[in-house]
Amino acid sequence: MSTTEKKQDTYYESIIKNGFSRRDFIKFTAFMAAYLGYETSAVAQIATALKTTPRLPIIWEHYQECTCCSESFIRTNHPIVADIILDKVSLDYTLTLMAASGHQAEAAKKATMDKYKGEYILAVEGSVPMGEDGIYCCIAGKTALQQLQEAAAGAKAIIAWGSCASSGCVQSAKPNPTGATPIHKIITDKPIIRVPGCPPIGEVMAGVIVHVIAFGKLPELDRQGRPKAFYAKRVHDSCYRRPYFDAGLFVEEFDDESAKKGHCLYKVGCKGPVTYNSCGSIKWNNGVSYPIQSGHGCFGCSEDNFWDNGPIYERLTNVPGFGIEANADKVGMVAAGVVAGAAAGHAIASTMSKRKEHKGRVDSGKDIEKQVD
Amino acid sequence: MAERIVVDPITRIEGHLRIEAEIKDGVIVDAYSSSTMVRGIEEIVKGRDPRDVWAFVQRTCGVCTTVHALTSVRAVEDALGIIVPPNAEMVRNIMEGVLYMHDHVVHFYHLHALDWVDVVSVLSANPTETSRIAQSISNWPKSSPGYFSDVQKRIKRFVDSGQLGIFANGYWGHPQMKLPAEINLLAVAHYLEALEWQKEIVKVHTIFGGKNPHPNYLVGGMACAINTDNPGGLNAERLAYVGQLLQDGKEFVEQVYIPDLMAIASFYKDWGAIGKGSFGNYMSYGDFPTAGYNSLDPESFKFPSGVIKNFDLSTIHPIDHRESTEITEFVNKSWYEYTGGDNEGLHPWNGETNIKYSGPKPPYEHLDMDGKYSFIKTPRWKGLPMEVGPLSRMLIGYGHGRKEFTEIVDSALSKLEVPVTALFSTLGRTAARGLETQLVANWTVEFYNTLMSNIKNGDQRMANTKKRDPSTWAKECKGVGYMEAPRGALAHWIVIKDGKTANYQQVVPSTWNASPRDPSGQMSAYEATLIGTPVADPEQPLEIIRTIHSFDPCIACAVHLYDEHGKHISQVQNTTTCNA
Repeated sequence: MSTTEKKQDTYYESIIKNGFSRRDFIKFTAFMAAYLGYETSAVAQIATALKTTPRLPIIWEHYQECTCCSESFIRTNHPIVADIILDKVSLDYTLTLMAASGHQAEAAKKATMDKYKGEYILAVEGSVPMGEDGIYCCIAGKTALQQLQEAAAGAKAIIAWGSCASSGCVQSAKPNPTGATPIHKIITDKPIIRVPGCPPIGEVMAGVIVHVIAFGKLPELDRQGRPKAFYAKRVHDSCYRRPYFDAGLFVEEFDDESAKKGHCLYKVGCKGPVTYNSCGSIKWNNGVSYPIQSGHGCFGCSEDNFWDNGPIYERLTNVPGFGIEANADKVGMVAAGVVAGAAAGHAIASTMSKRKEHKGRVDSGKDIEKQVD
Repeated sequence: MAERIVVDPITRIEGHLRIEAEIKDGVIVDAYSSSTMVRGIEEIVKGRDPRDVWAFVQRTCGVCTTVHALTSVRAVEDALGIIVPPNAEMVRNIMEGVLYMHDHVVHFYHLHALDWVDVVSVLSANPTETSRIAQSISNWPKSSPGYFSDVQKRIKRFVDSGQLGIFANGYWGHPQMKLPAEINLLAVAHYLEALEWQKEIVKVHTIFGGKNPHPNYLVGGMACAINTDNPGGLNAERLAYVGQLLQDGKEFVEQVYIPDLMAIASFYKDWGAIGKGSFGNYMSYGDFPTAGYNSLDPESFKFPSGVIKNFDLSTIHPIDHRESTEITEFVNKSWYEYTGGDNEGLHPWNGETNIKYSGPKPPYEHLDMDGKYSFIKTPRWKGLPMEVGPLSRMLIGYGHGRKEFTEIVDSALSKLEVPVTALFSTLGRTAARGLETQLVANWTVEFYNTLMSNIKNGDQRMANTKKRDPSTWAKECKGVGYMEAPRGALAHWIVIKDGKTANYQQVVPSTWNASPRDPSGQMSAYEATLIGTPVADPEQPLEIIRTIHSFDPCIACAVHLYDEHGKHISQVQNTTTCNA
C-alpha cells in the first residue's frame, strides 16, 4: 500500500460519504462556529472551507515528554479522535499511534515532508534538550534538535502542544539538568501556536486543529502566542466557586467543613487567579469536572515555568511576583479574622478603598452559606 | 554471518526506545535495548516540598498517569507515618483499577493490535461472516452485518484516499500476519470502538481527581471531599456516575476485549513458544490493599507479592524494599557514573545518578555496545534480573495458589489448548494482561461497593491532614512507596531532611525490563526474550516489535535519572562503524 496521487476527498465529500446529509453538515459547521466563538455569519464560511479543503497532513513529533498530550488528544469528545484522524486530517507521523516502526516510520515522515512541503502542520509534543549538543534526546540516531530543524523547515505552521513544547514544563524546572527548551526559542521563522497545559484539555487540542482546517487559517493568538479562544480568561474568572472567594469563604485545610461545602480553595494554594485556561468553562473530559470542582486547587499548569512558581499548597500572596492578588488576600483575611504580616506589603490603594465592600460581601456570603446548608 | 539491524524509533509505545539486534540464519542471536532520552526529574524534585513531589513525578509518564503520583504519596506517607482514611484508600484503588482497564485496553487495540492485525486485509472481508463470528463469541450488541459493513466501507474510503496517515508503511501482507480477513475486520472495528470507549472510563479520574490525564492526588488522602447532602462534595450523583462508568467499563472488558483477545490468540499459538527468555525470574510487589496499604496481612492485597526464580512456580520468595542488599541499581552499561565505581550496585536510598554520556556523536548509525549504550539503569533483586508486569503478577498469584488466579489462567489455557509453559512467552504476556484486566474490573466494583458502604455507615473522611504541617515532621526521615503499575513493579524511595526532599529515586517497571546488561553480563527481559526469535524479513522487523510490545514499554518512565554530582562531562566517541 503506497501513497497515490489521486485527488483527496474534501471534508464535505467525506462527511457525505459517511452517510450524513447536507443538513447534518451545516449543523456541524454551525456547532463548530458556536464552539469557537464565531458569529453566525461565519457558518457559511466554515461550510465552504470544509467543502473545498483536502485532508491536512500533520507530522507529530515527540521529544522530551510524557505523552500526556497525546493521551489528552485521544480523549477529545467533539470531534472524537477517530473522526479526526480518519476523516479530517492525515496524521502521517506520530510515535504513539503509527503502525510502522524504525526506518519505515522515518520514511513515512520524509514522504510527507517532501510531498507536502510548505503545506503540512508540524505538531510538537515535548521540549528539546539543548545541553551537551542535544544528546539527551535522540530519535533514529539524530538529536531532537536535528529532527526539529528538518521537520520545521517545510512546515506551514507549528503547533507546540502542552507545556513541554510551549514553555519547557517539568524538565525545565530548576535546575533544568538537560537544558530543556521550548520550541519558540529554537524556531523563529515559522508561525507557532502555543497550546499550554499539562496536558491541554482534549477538546482544546481538537479545537485548535478544527480551527485550522475549518477556517483555513491559524487561530487568533494573544501576545504569548496562545489561541485567544481558549486562553483569554483566567480560571478564577470562570470558576463556579468564585462567589465563595468574593464572599470570603475559604477552605482552610483539605477535608475540613469548608472543603465539604465546596468553598474557595485559594488558601490551600489555588493558582486559578493567575492562570489563563479553559478549565472552568470547557472543563475536562467532556465537561465532567475540573481540578477545583474535585476539591484540589489549580496549580497553574498552563502558565510559563509554573513548576517554579512556588509550592503548590502555598497561597499566592506568599509567592514572589504575585502581588496582584492583594485583593484576594484581603478578602481571605477579613473572613478569617486574621491579619498576616506577610500580606501587609500588598496593601494597595484599591484594596483599602474596597474594604467596606468586602465586609458586605462577607456578610452576603454568610447568607449564601445558609441557603446552601 | 550475523546481520545487525536497528529499529529506532520503536513506535506505539511511550517514550524513545531503540533495539539493535543481530540476526543469523533468520533468528535473533543477540539484542540490545537502549533508551535515548533523559529529563532528570529526580534531580528537579530535590529541595522541594515533599507534599508537592507527587505532581512533579506524576509527569514522569502521561500514559500510566497516576502511578507515579500514587507511589509518591505512599512514599511520603510512609516517611511521615501517615495512614490515610479508608475512603481515600478505596478511591485510590478505584482510580488505579480504572487505569488498568484503560491502559490495558488501549495497549491491546492501539499499541499492540497492529502487530497481529492486517488493516488492508479488512477490505476483502465478508462482513456477514464477521458478524456471525462476533455473535458467536460475545453478547456485545454492536455486531450486526450492517455495522461491520459500515466499518469496512469507512476503511475502504480511507485507503482509497491515498492518505494513509497512521497506517502508512505498516507491515501489511507480512507472512507473519495470520488472521482471516473477517477477524481483521472485527479487530479494526473494535480498534475504533475502543478509541471511543477509552475517553469514557477515565471520567472516573475526572470525578475524583479533576482531570485526566494527570488527575490530582494528595499526601494524606484525596482532595475530593465527601458530602452526601451538598453540591460542593462527592454526593449521590457523583458517586452514581462513577458506579455507572465502572459497570460500562467492565462490560467492555468482558464483552469486547477478552473475546477479541482469545479469538486473535487462537491464530497465534506458535507465539506461546517465542519470547520466553532465559532467566525465568518474575517479580510482583503486590497491590490493591483491602485492609489498608500498611496492613501486615499479605492476604489483604488483591495482587500478592513475591519473586519466582528460574520458572519455578512452587516457591515464592519474599521481597524487602528497605533491605539494602535486595534491590540495587547498576550503571556499568548506562550513561551514568558512580563515585564508588561503576560495577557496584546501590540501594535506592543511597542511589546516585550522575549522568555521563559516552555514546557516539549524533547523527549515528549504531551505538557502541562494548561501551555504555542506554540512559536506563540496570536494577537487580539479590543480583538477579527480574521480569515485571502482568505476566509476573499472574504467575505469582498462580504460584500462591490463589483461586481467582488459578481458575482464570487454567480456563484460558484450556480454551486455547496450550500447556502451562505457554505462559512464559510473548503470547503469555499479552494474554496475562487481558486476564488480569478481568480480575481488576471485578475488584474495582468491589472497591466501589466498599466505598459506598463506608459512606452509608457514616464515615465521610477523605484526608488525614494531621501531619501535613512540616513543623510536625522529624528532622530527618525516609520512606518507600510501592505499587503494581499496569506495566509492573514500581517503587519510589524518598529521604526528607529539614522539611525538604533530600533524595528521591524511582525504580520503575520498564527499568527492570528494558535495561542494559549488568556487570556479570546478565541480560534484562527485553534483550533476553528477543534471543531465539525468528525474523522472516529483516527489512520488516515485525517479530521484534511483537515481543517488545508484549511488555508494553514505557520508556519515559524508565529514564528519569540525573543527579547532583553530574558535571555534564560528555566523552564523545565516534564509533559509527559496526563490525557485524
